[in-house]
Amino acid sequence: MTTPGGEVLRTPVEIRRARILGGFYLLMAWLVAQVFAFGTSGDAKFRLGSADNPLDWTVSAQGLAWAVAAVLGCLAGIHLIRGLGKWTNMVLGFALGLFVLAFLGWAAAGVRDGFSLVGMLQASVVKATPIAFGALSGVMCERVAVINIGIEGMLITGAFVGAVVATVVNQAVGMLAATLAGGVLALGLAVLCIKYRVDQIVAGVVINIFALGLTAYLGSQYLVKNTTGLNQPGQLSPIKIPLLGDIPVVGTVLFNHTVFVYALFILVAAMTYGLFRTRWGLRSRAVGEHPRAADTVGVNVFRFRYLNVTLGGMIAGLGGAWFTIGNGFPFNENMTGGRGFIGLATMIFGRWHPVGALGAALVFGFADSLQVKLSILDTGIPSEFLLMAPYIAAVIVVAGVVGRARPPAADGQPYIKE
Amino acid sequence: MNTDGLKRPETEIPEDERGSFWREIAPRRLNWRSALLVPLLAVFSALVIGAIIIAATEGPGEILPAYGALGKGAFLGWRPLSETLTYATPVILAGLSVAIGFKAGLFNIGGEGQMIIGGFCAVVVGFSFEGLNPALHVLLAILAAIAGGAIWGGIPGWLRAKTGAHEVITTIMFNWIAIRLLDYLLKTSFVRKVGEMRPISKEVLASARLPRLLSWLPIDNAGQLRVHFGFVIALIAAVFVWWLLSKTTVGFEFRSVGLNPDGARYAGMSVTRTTVAVMAVAGALAGLAGASETLGTLGRASPGFSGGAGFDAIALALLGRSHPLGVVLAGLLWGALRAGSRTMDAQSSVGIDLIVVVQALIIVFIAAPALVRAIYRVRTGEGVQQLTRGWGA
Repeated sequence: MTTPGGEVLRTPVEIRRARILGGFYLLMAWLVAQVFAFGTSGDAKFRLGSADNPLDWTVSAQGLAWAVAAVLGCLAGIHLIRGLGKWTNMVLGFALGLFVLAFLGWAAAGVRDGFSLVGMLQASVVKATPIAFGALSGVMCERVAVINIGIEGMLITGAFVGAVVATVVNQAVGMLAATLAGGVLALGLAVLCIKYRVDQIVAGVVINIFALGLTAYLGSQYLVKNTTGLNQPGQLSPIKIPLLGDIPVVGTVLFNHTVFVYALFILVAAMTYGLFRTRWGLRSRAVGEHPRAADTVGVNVFRFRYLNVTLGGMIAGLGGAWFTIGNGFPFNENMTGGRGFIGLATMIFGRWHPVGALGAALVFGFADSLQVKLSILDTGIPSEFLLMAPYIAAVIVVAGVVGRARPPAADGQPYIKE
Repeated sequence: MNTDGLKRPETEIPEDERGSFWREIAPRRLNWRSALLVPLLAVFSALVIGAIIIAATEGPGEILPAYGALGKGAFLGWRPLSETLTYATPVILAGLSVAIGFKAGLFNIGGEGQMIIGGFCAVVVGFSFEGLNPALHVLLAILAAIAGGAIWGGIPGWLRAKTGAHEVITTIMFNWIAIRLLDYLLKTSFVRKVGEMRPISKEVLASARLPRLLSWLPIDNAGQLRVHFGFVIALIAAVFVWWLLSKTTVGFEFRSVGLNPDGARYAGMSVTRTTVAVMAVAGALAGLAGASETLGTLGRASPGFSGGAGFDAIALALLGRSHPLGVVLAGLLWGALRAGSRTMDAQSSVGIDLIVVVQALIIVFIAAPALVRAIYRVRTGEGVQQLTRGWGA
């Protein structure tokens, strides 16, 4: 808001938020200076190229930390004096990125082989994949106003069915079967929520407990006794996309992955187009925002809810297959480790938009892979704390964003036809 | 809650100002026919489907031996009964934790994490103060558990009240954080048992152990009867929750905020304070559940000592309709299933995880009374409707 004289007017809430952020930046700057700058010496080597095409960036860890601390200090000053207005969120993301960079410099200082930044970014994309599938499943369901807490259960079911079918038949059929299994489970959720009007969150939790219990039962009853015959899905080899895969840095990070990652990219594009550019998408969103109005103009609310929730479950089922087929791991009880719930946090962070969900999933994937890489670097931080990182990130994200993001208006409410 | 101008179908349940979900799951006055019929039919249906799963996976001949062993392991003799009560203890306490959340419109899935933190705090106090009066030592350890659980539950409550972060997500994340924290703490030299390679805590001193209830019995294996004072604590807690919810102002505020947060706000209640208080009390109850495991059943903390009771608690609260008495009865059923499933695992070809499936099926039927009504063609009242608030609320 500006007055005719060009003077910026700020509401008390904005001023307060700018002050809080200013304090936060100051704290980060102090932390970077105190811990990362004083606590290190030597050079940090970041590896940006691949094995056959090395590209290194060597920098003094201490210098890097001081530079980051200075930038953060400046940002803190700007915030305390006048705020950043509409740039606030973007600058916050940038500042957090700098903070992580200083942290990595500190962690990698003096390590002879250096730290493979590209390797970590690539791992981030891989780790983000199941979370993004979960988030897309959530987007699909919540756009028609059905809250899907059962994503975790659909992921574990996909992982189980995928592993077994991939072992018995082959990996492609395994992925298909996992997709269908997720769809069946989601259909169950849809029936409970839409036909029987069970509280949607309770129904989702029920789906989770049921799926975790059933897969654990079948796993202990069959898979443990016959691992080679039933639980060896084998590893999918990464496919390098011609041309795109040869771009330095970006090519390695994005275009040298298993089919799951490409399926994810295609799905994000398809869902974005579908939800916002097609008749189906418009009607779906209408069902989610104002089912009564949609019904009045002749949209079959129930059919859209059944269809989209089932499709959402299929997405989660495919994402579940990532845990087994995508990684080459055998099925293991509870192997999804709360990724479905992190997917929900991701969906909220991504503001119920497929592209936003993908971006948010990459943040979680980054937190997840950071943890793996840091445990290799031996920084002295206990691995248990590093393992907490994605969960803490989810809490912060949900706490920080949910108040400002707007869910579909009818989200969570059953529809009763008059 | 539901703003869609929902017409209330005619049922024999007395009219009530509240949403129909509350009449089903947290009724002001229990409708005994409805309160008993649905759970019983749900348990029956779940066992029938469990039998079908056994028939499909192990053959129809295995149904009777498996369920026979289940019943034997749960009820026949002192030891099975003791085991049933031992398993029932933590789930009753955790179930009360979820139930009190339901009464206030909050869904506490974080019982597991709160149990871990509470139980761990109890262990630390339990092994720390040597030579203390037993009564005082037990009391201190239990207070530590209550405090630990209350903090671990209160933080999601505070986040919910202040930022709108949905407790379903935050409590689950807090579960995982608690699991990792426990893994770490069990490796520290302060906590880990001396000379032990595995991550297991020091033994709780005898003065802080919850005394066993049945070791005085004049039978051979009285020493194996594990049921301990935690069961009495669980019963006391149930009475306390009943008293808190129905006889005190605080309980009235809990319920008001659950039924209609806006109304409660206009009536001058602090929704923020109440939300934090509800989650703290829920966390404290789950913390007690953890203490009952560490001070009573196990005598130490080890990874995964909570044993999934925090999740079973959700089922219990639904099964017991969030009524303390219902939760106790449901907890006894759960304990019987758990105790019996051990015997079933040992004496038949059916694995222990079948019970998890049966438990999940019970909740499916409980959560959807309409499903039970459709199968058995009985009138059970309306289907469950909205309990929780969506993301934005």
